[in-house]
Amino acid sequence: MRTATAVLLFLAAGLFGAGGSLTAQHETADIEAGSRAFRTTCANCHGPDGDQVAGIDLGRGRFRRPYSDQELAAIIRNGIPNTPMPPTTTSEEQATNIVAYLRSLVEARRGVSVVAGDVGRGRLIFEGRGACATCHRVNGIGSRLGPDLSAIGQDRRSAELEQSVLDPGAEILATNRFYRVVTKDGVTVTGRLLNHDTFTVQMLDSKERLQSFVKSDVREHGFVGTPMPSSRGTLSPQETADVISYLVSLKGAVR
Amino acid sequence: MKAPIALLVLVAAASLQAQVTFDRVLNADREPQNWLSYSRTLDNQRFSPLTQITPANAKDLQLEWVWQSRSLEKFEATALVVDGVLYTVQAPNDVVALDAVTGRVYWTFTYQPAAEARSCCGRVNRGLAILGDTLFMGTLDAHLLAIDARSGQLIWNTTVADAKARYVITHSPLVVRDKVIIGTAGGDGPIRGLIAAFDVKTGKEIWRFHTIPGPGEPGNDTWSGNSWMTGGVGVWNAGAYDPETNLAFWGTGNPSPGMDGRSRLGDNLYSDCVVALDVDTGKLKWYYQFTPHDEMDYDSTQVPLLADITFRGKPRKVMLWANRNGLMYVLDRATGEFLLGKPYVKVNWMDGFDQKGRPQRVPGMVPGPTPTLIQPHVHGASNWAPPSFSPRTGLFYVAHWENSGWYAAQGRFGRPPGVNTRQTGMGQVNLVPFFNNEDETYGVVRAYDPNTLDPKWEYRMTDITWGGVLTTAGDVLFGGGREGYFLALDARTGQLLWKASVGGQINAGPMSYSVGGRQYVSVAAGSALFTYALR
Repeated sequence: MRTATAVLLFLAAGLFGAGGSLTAQHETADIEAGSRAFRTTCANCHGPDGDQVAGIDLGRGRFRRPYSDQELAAIIRNGIPNTPMPPTTTSEEQATNIVAYLRSLVEARRGVSVVAGDVGRGRLIFEGRGACATCHRVNGIGSRLGPDLSAIGQDRRSAELEQSVLDPGAEILATNRFYRVVTKDGVTVTGRLLNHDTFTVQMLDSKERLQSFVKSDVREHGFVGTPMPSSRGTLSPQETADVISYLVSLKGAVR
Repeated sequence: MKAPIALLVLVAAASLQAQVTFDRVLNADREPQNWLSYSRTLDNQRFSPLTQITPANAKDLQLEWVWQSRSLEKFEATALVVDGVLYTVQAPNDVVALDAVTGRVYWTFTYQPAAEARSCCGRVNRGLAILGDTLFMGTLDAHLLAIDARSGQLIWNTTVADAKARYVITHSPLVVRDKVIIGTAGGDGPIRGLIAAFDVKTGKEIWRFHTIPGPGEPGNDTWSGNSWMTGGVGVWNAGAYDPETNLAFWGTGNPSPGMDGRSRLGDNLYSDCVVALDVDTGKLKWYYQFTPHDEMDYDSTQVPLLADITFRGKPRKVMLWANRNGLMYVLDRATGEFLLGKPYVKVNWMDGFDQKGRPQRVPGMVPGPTPTLIQPHVHGASNWAPPSFSPRTGLFYVAHWENSGWYAAQGRFGRPPGVNTRQTGMGQVNLVPFFNNEDETYGVVRAYDPNTLDPKWEYRMTDITWGGVLTTAGDVLFGGGREGYFLALDARTGQLLWKASVGGQINAGPMSYSVGGRQYVSVAAGSALFTYALR
């Protein structure tokens, strides 16, 4: 199956900050707040990439006609009469943040190329040569070690997914950090950090066991970088686009 | 794509951790360190084979950790422990995985029951079941959930019954082989109770047993008119399983309306019963009705306890039952035959049994236009709190209350002239002042001889108790109640060995497990889980 939407392949590493090209008038915090507000307020109709309404592609700055920031914020709050675009309960600040987020998407896309992805091929790569399921779980299949991706297409935009595939270490949620413990008898245990405090640490280890350690009882302990490798050099741009298309298709159907 | 070699190797070993097979659940005695079902074993004996804590050293118990739930509801759940990981429920329907040694949190699964979910007696939950890597939980809005025990992710969510029609689930599911079985509460309202089995992998329903027979089914004629359609009969406590007969057992709740039987004339089967169902088909094999045509709200939703005992000189496979109606029973669990029954507290609504074990009613001792003092109290002599049986002592241990009674009036809960029955009410989270004298009620833990149903010893408390009891192979009994003391008693004598003031009411059954060779004992009190071990 070929996705209707062309998947953008980032040549630059980062979505936020890494390329240093965000609009100067918007703070990163505003953009992140706008991203969250977009998901809860706009994505139900416009889709996570903002391209689900015919003729409109919010992530690429394609509107019915050019709008100023103020006009867009007003539309977000008040809707457009006699169209399916309804008024919302967003505050003025939230609407401004959503606009900042949408503008940042356009900025972040400057200088990227476009490759169409194929969901079916992407799944084959995900479950086969890409070895993604050795760490990730989709609809009950695969490892629990990394983030469960069953609903990742609902939660993340394709551009964000692409960044994670190409540059996994660029942005990692705190809940997905990895930790390493070396016990006093020299056994190394690495896994996803679930919790830690002054005295103890809890993790899901690489054998998918829930493990808890008393810090004073181990030889070493501390954060480690993500074990996820970049697809660069191992997957072609086309294969990467296929995997992204597959990820975008995952909408979290519970069995 | 070349994944890091080390990572791939590690992940390839991911399946080495043993799953909780049904064989493990069924033969839980092989792993005394774990607690794999509501009462540890499917016979519901709530007996731990662990021996480290004894009457000689129980005075050395110390608090190891406390886990505070984010809930203002009563904490009624018994935790599960699997290989050092403790799973329990944060009421109403969040699940947490804790390190059993430190009490620190691995993960929390959150579930918000639908707004229309209404329970009679608190937004509570009594526990989980586990099979493989999957935890199962019934929810207040009458769903059944399957949750990944390692990640806390939802696997499936099945609707058991309609929450809008006042169906509720509060008890721990029963897992038998490839089925997870659950019943629905809500029987104080106009439901038609049920027990249903679901495929553990998919959540697809396999069979359904209605606790009120439909037209054409045996027993439907024990309901006058159309009263069977809304006759209540909820199921809200853990079931038991007997592998020899492949029967599972549940106690059933009161008929509805609860305090006025004029609209539902007849025995009202299968209210206030124990029902024995074939696990493969859901077909009823036998039943025994404790309180025919109940108008006193004497739910028989106690935990069925199965034991192999020498009864009248012969080995016998029995079911022991301390009922809310004030009567204690020994039944043959293969046939339902009534073997022995007698009051274990002050009872005035019946004065004997016929040859088949049907209670003989005392005329006039029912709720009428004029309030009547009926004993025991509407909340019973014992209610839902789990009992225990020690194969070492051969005794049946029950926490309950004595001298209770209430003024029952037709169609309503009567007010209590003369006798202070208000304080034999529900358990609560926090401690409350208590004013009753012992003529008005008091709580006890008693050890009964199953051959005679006579008490061998009694530990008396001032307030009543909604807490369950645990016995161990160290011959220690753990319990507690509304007073907020967690108690260790000598299981052979009832002597108090140790106590801890936990600052909240105990509304759950204690349990015990071990990690690294150290025995722990854990109990929910107030809105927290307290765990102790020897210093």
